[in-house]
Amino acid sequence: MKARAHPLWIAFVAHRVSGLALALFLPLHFWVLGMALRGAEGLDGVLTLTELPFVKVAEFGLVFLLALHAFGGLRLMALERLGWSSGQKTMAATSIALAIFVSGTFFLKAI
Amino acid sequence: MLDLRLYMLQRITALIMIPLVIGHIATMIYAIQGGLTAAEILGRTQGSVFWFLFYGSFVLAVSVHAAIGVRVVAHEWLGVVGSSLRVLTIVIALGLAALGLQATFAVTLA
Amino acid sequence: MSSQKAERQLKVSVWRGADAGQFETFEVPQHDSQTVLDIVSWIQHNADPTLSYRFACRVGMCGSCAMMVNDEPRWTCRTHVNKVARDGELKIGPLRNLPVVKDLATDMDPFFDKWTAAEAHHHPSADRHDLMAPVDMQSADRVAANTAIECINCAVCYAACDTVAGNPDYLGPAALQRAWTLIKDEKDSGREDILAAISGTGGCHNCHSIGSCTQYCPNELDPLSAIANLKRETVKNWWKRNA
Repeated sequence: MKARAHPLWIAFVAHRVSGLALALFLPLHFWVLGMALRGAEGLDGVLTLTELPFVKVAEFGLVFLLALHAFGGLRLMALERLGWSSGQKTMAATSIALAIFVSGTFFLKAI
Repeated sequence: MLDLRLYMLQRITALIMIPLVIGHIATMIYAIQGGLTAAEILGRTQGSVFWFLFYGSFVLAVSVHAAIGVRVVAHEWLGVVGSSLRVLTIVIALGLAALGLQATFAVTLA
Repeated sequence: MSSQKAERQLKVSVWRGADAGQFETFEVPQHDSQTVLDIVSWIQHNADPTLSYRFACRVGMCGSCAMMVNDEPRWTCRTHVNKVARDGELKIGPLRNLPVVKDLATDMDPFFDKWTAAEAHHHPSADRHDLMAPVDMQSADRVAANTAIECINCAVCYAACDTVAGNPDYLGPAALQRAWTLIKDEKDSGREDILAAISGTGGCHNCHSIGSCTQYCPNELDPLSAIANLKRETVKNWWKRNA
């Protein structure tokens, strides 16, 4: 496996792992927001947890994964729909950079 | 395991979600400033048809997209095949849609 | 003898057995300009005549000597030992993603069965009484398919493909790239059959654009782009039919 780890292979693993992580996070995300049905108190109880440092880091991680998956997906659709096959490695690197920028902005606003 | 129909669903939902993800991230960056409270979130979304449609369509698109994505991974990495794979895909899609629409309803129109 | 340079020895691990088996280590004298195929031949000639492997032309034309060299698929006849040996060691195995017949020889049937399943064969559009369809070598379609027709079926891309590894029904890069060249061929009448064959459950839509096929193709072809083109072609066709 390691022998064949070229840049686009790494981009593929990043896309798959981020997608899986987001899919696993969604039920939790929906469940917490659904608490608002039973009044603001229940929701607030969970939202106070977001002040914890490790929760802030986890949120940053989720925003990073979301941005990475979205920009990585744009790269794949540019290849498939527009035939942008040259420069795929540069585009993969750019999508990672954009994801870091977007999630970094989020993190700086969060702390 | 992915035919043209599932591929089209996967790509169309992806395209739909591009502006929604950008909007969602922008909202999060705006909303996270000064911490999160239920009052602040609900104050923004409660009674808003716009946010209901925004997050309602987001939930439907992501339910289909995630179900197909997990289907692929379940097949390639765990070897799930045949009717189990079909049932898994449908359960994930319906489960996410139900949970997500309930959450959307809770913060907008409830 | 004392005036000669001490003979360098290479430690070579070679797969022995079928799908169940193990690596066996041989000490092989190393020379300049030696290829991996030379190493395999040396072992069979001098160490163990029962070693099974496949080759024919030895010059990168026939596509029969592909093996996994240090876990990467390569034509052994065109791979210099100097370039791939690490610390005097080399690992040689049968091509990935295919059943092993014995030692370094794989059963290529699944690979070629998928060419057939992808309708990757000529569909005649005329008989011998008709004139040949004119092919404009400058047309965009011809130019697009030109490089792809140089494939020699060595299965290096197939062995490199992680999607094939996880999804055994997937037709794989070689068959799909051939299907793409036929769609762009004026002399081929099978367009609809091909599009149907590559849109099924093992079709081009299973590709994740990892690009290992293009990365490893010894002929420097680009199956990744060919498969992306197929996806685009099927989507266009889908809109046309459903619009």
